[in-house]
Amino acid sequence: MGFENFGTVSFTTEAKVADFITQLEAGKVMATRCRQCGGSYFPPKADCPKCLSSDVEWFEVKGKGKLASYTVVNYGPSGFENDAPYILALVQFDEGIQILARLSRDITEKDIKIGMNLTVHPAKLADNRIAYEFKRA
Amino acid sequence: MTERKVCIIGAGMDKWGVREASLVDLAQEAAKVCFDDVPALKKEDIDGLIFASSYCGRSSFQVNAAPVIAERIGIRPTSICTRVDTLCAGGSSGIIMATGLIKAGLADVVMVAGGEKLYTPQRWETYYSEMASIDHDWDGAQGMGLPPPFFSMTAQEHMKRYGTTKEQLAAVSVKNRRNGANNPNAQFQKAVTLEEVMNARAVVPPLGLFDCTPITDGCAAVILTHEDKAKELTDRPLVYVRGTAQASLHSMSMNWPGEDLGDWAHLRAAAKKVFERARVKPEDVDVAQTHDCFTISEIIEMEDLGFCKKGEGGPFVESGQSDFGGKLAVNTDGGLLSCGHPFGATGLRQALEILCQLQGRARNQVEGAKIGLTHNLSGLNVEHTILIYGREP
Repeated sequence: MGFENFGTVSFTTEAKVADFITQLEAGKVMATRCRQCGGSYFPPKADCPKCLSSDVEWFEVKGKGKLASYTVVNYGPSGFENDAPYILALVQFDEGIQILARLSRDITEKDIKIGMNLTVHPAKLADNRIAYEFKRA
Repeated sequence: MTERKVCIIGAGMDKWGVREASLVDLAQEAAKVCFDDVPALKKEDIDGLIFASSYCGRSSFQVNAAPVIAERIGIRPTSICTRVDTLCAGGSSGIIMATGLIKAGLADVVMVAGGEKLYTPQRWETYYSEMASIDHDWDGAQGMGLPPPFFSMTAQEHMKRYGTTKEQLAAVSVKNRRNGANNPNAQFQKAVTLEEVMNARAVVPPLGLFDCTPITDGCAAVILTHEDKAKELTDRPLVYVRGTAQASLHSMSMNWPGEDLGDWAHLRAAAKKVFERARVKPEDVDVAQTHDCFTISEIIEMEDLGFCKKGEGGPFVESGQSDFGGKLAVNTDGGLLSCGHPFGATGLRQALEILCQLQGRARNQVEGAKIGLTHNLSGLNVEHTILIYGREP
């Protein structure tokens, strides 16, 4: 199992961090941390960009993040036409991790405040596809 | 061997917009205009071709495009014949590479050409190809990809932190569309009023129709050579490449290098280097073509290129400091907002305008311009490329 069913449109099927999908199916959004230099990464990296070590471990992105910015997508790219409008948000978590994902559909634009607390969760999409999204903390 | 001094001696672009022509047709047109610009230049003088294009493999189904282009324009390069892809900065990357080769004596006369054919019968292909320009595994799968949402976030952060207004964004569009109104090669040759910009259909708020560059077909080409050969080939004032820089500081997949999306640390890194290399300061620049893919971009570029203080880009533009009669004139040929943006060609179009400005033959001339600058940002702001040109080496 790789990235075939990831996102509304998946552009890559094979990647060394395919376990991310297994964990996502099991309900967890995971990041990686380098055991050598301590660098932590989302999107997860099977090899550390800082020290290039392959000695990395998984950890779950838990806890509250803060909304840094957002945008309402009215015109989706090809493959996303039926999803629009949707809201993309940039959220900062501990350990310097920053995640771009959609806001859960029950959060409307008028509910949004920059700096608001959000948490990240797996999101089931149509046709057995899967992604992650932000919910109210 | 002493380092050779490198000059840009000629340039040309074709009509940009929605074109019923192939990428190779468009490249040939641009090359023709470029040859016409330097009558003494013979095809056999050219020993290098660098072709800048990012979408050629997708929308024109042409990889390894450089030899095809060389054949079509009838040149037979013997030093270098290759393609370069840095999306929106491709043309500028080509000029940097040509400059290095000529300085080192590995090439003598290089044509840098570039451009895109983006309109195809299947319009969705263009929007699908956009996803290839980002970290598509992650951000793309979420439905990020087309540039307006990203630059909308950038604009909102800048507005919140510094009080930048929608009127200040609009002032960029009004200035650049006015500058492009007499440019026969621009995609849009019509000035717009502040009211028209403010009341235009929203693309992604706060960005409206006139805050965004369009999708464009087109090509451009320039000729670079060393000082001695330049003196042989042209009687016009010589224009030298004084300094170059290109910086990327990890901004794919939202791993942003600055404090927020309005803080362009990678642009400052490139600016620091290029001004050192060119031995000039921001206040020495008479005319600049900066990457106005969106109005907010030009405002932040004024700040992080050092033309005004951080956070003051909005008032700087609104008060006319980036216009004729101000501190420097920016996007004197209309910029991306008027000319459009066939990615690989944009840096070459900017070089064409700076060449004309420094030789005193531009349509909208900055009197006595001696130092010119071009700037590109690439993709969803992952890289910045700057060149400085001067009448003196």
